Amino acid sequence: MAKDTRVILICSGKGGVGKTTLTANLGISLARQGLSTAVLDADFGLRNLDLLLGLENRIVYTAQEVLEEECRLDQALVKHKQESNLSLLPAGNPRMLDWLKPDDMKRIVDMLKEQFNYVLIDCPAGVEDGFKNAMAASQEAIVVTNPEVSAVRDADRVIGLLNTNAIKPVQLVLNRVRPKMMANQEMLSIDDVTDILALPLLGLVLEDEQVIVSTNRGEPLTLNSVNSPAAKCYLNIAKRLQGEDIPLIDPAKESSGFGAKFRRLMQTKIF
Amino acid sequence: MTLRDIINKLLRRQPASASTARERLQLVLAHDRSDLSTELLDQMRREILEVVAKYVEIDMDEGAVSLETEDRMTALVANLPIKRTLNGQIKLIETSNQLEENSQETKNTD
Repeated sequence: MAKDTRVILICSGKGGVGKTTLTANLGISLARQGLSTAVLDADFGLRNLDLLLGLENRIVYTAQEVLEEECRLDQALVKHKQESNLSLLPAGNPRMLDWLKPDDMKRIVDMLKEQFNYVLIDCPAGVEDGFKNAMAASQEAIVVTNPEVSAVRDADRVIGLLNTNAIKPVQLVLNRVRPKMMANQEMLSIDDVTDILALPLLGLVLEDEQVIVSTNRGEPLTLNSVNSPAAKCYLNIAKRLQGEDIPLIDPAKESSGFGAKFRRLMQTKIF
Repeated sequence: MTLRDIINKLLRRQPASASTARERLQLVLAHDRSDLSTELLDQMRREILEVVAKYVEIDMDEGAVSLETEDRMTALVANLPIKRTLNGQIKLIETSNQLEENSQETKNTD
């Protein structure tokens, strides 16, 4: 029986910023460190975590059947093919839209806490019931955002809700960072986003085409393509979660050569 | 201001979009966080100006009352250029000499 289980909500407010991809890759990375990890897909209306993990054909039961005592928890848990420390539990299936209440979520998470070191909850987009259910069962949170105005605005709203519900710590992951655009000052900088949202930065993830390739295959980057830029970022985030002191990647140094030097010169603050 | 901003200014080009994004976000978040509508803010602005006008002569059109936000704290900032005091003494004060009613507001609502 695992003690001191960390239950982490992965949320963003806005859809499509990379919650599910982060959940899948963090799950794999933590499992690789030998930590038993459960990923709970709280987005049962539009669930996708199974697809990113390549487990879509192996789901038989969901948390709903467990709660209604139609099956045991270990029957509903889907163990990952290559990474046996990782298990997926879908909260429900898309046909049932209304059954889940905050208490249901708490009950299922309490069951998962009995046997896992980490429970990662992949939160639905929005700030309505789906988000509130998922938040009810969480202790801490990771807010994912992109360096774009709409994503940052929605993240701010979510952070407000997390604060009033005493979820802590709340940490930030800045996803889809494009170093070149940042250097050209055509994208909000890392400092801009962390200053505006006033959250500690758990990590940033570089924009990486390989993310789409890995999604196509149903194999998270951290599983096989550990040398791709985004995979390194995900692995670093997992290590920092575990308390390791890993320095942040400096996006300005990601592009090199004369062009990068020139862009850095242009960024010099005059006054 | 960075070197790029200066060059853009000299060439009369649009500034880089990141600074525009930052400014727009700060403004919209100040409103989101305080839950104040523009009408309410406008009403508050008028009333503040009326109170201040009892003591000093101010330029009613120039006065700006706005919400600014930093570190998840929202502040109400009033920038009111004073023309002169009411006892007749002409006291031209530059617009930069501002009266800052810097009262701290809600940390964050709901």
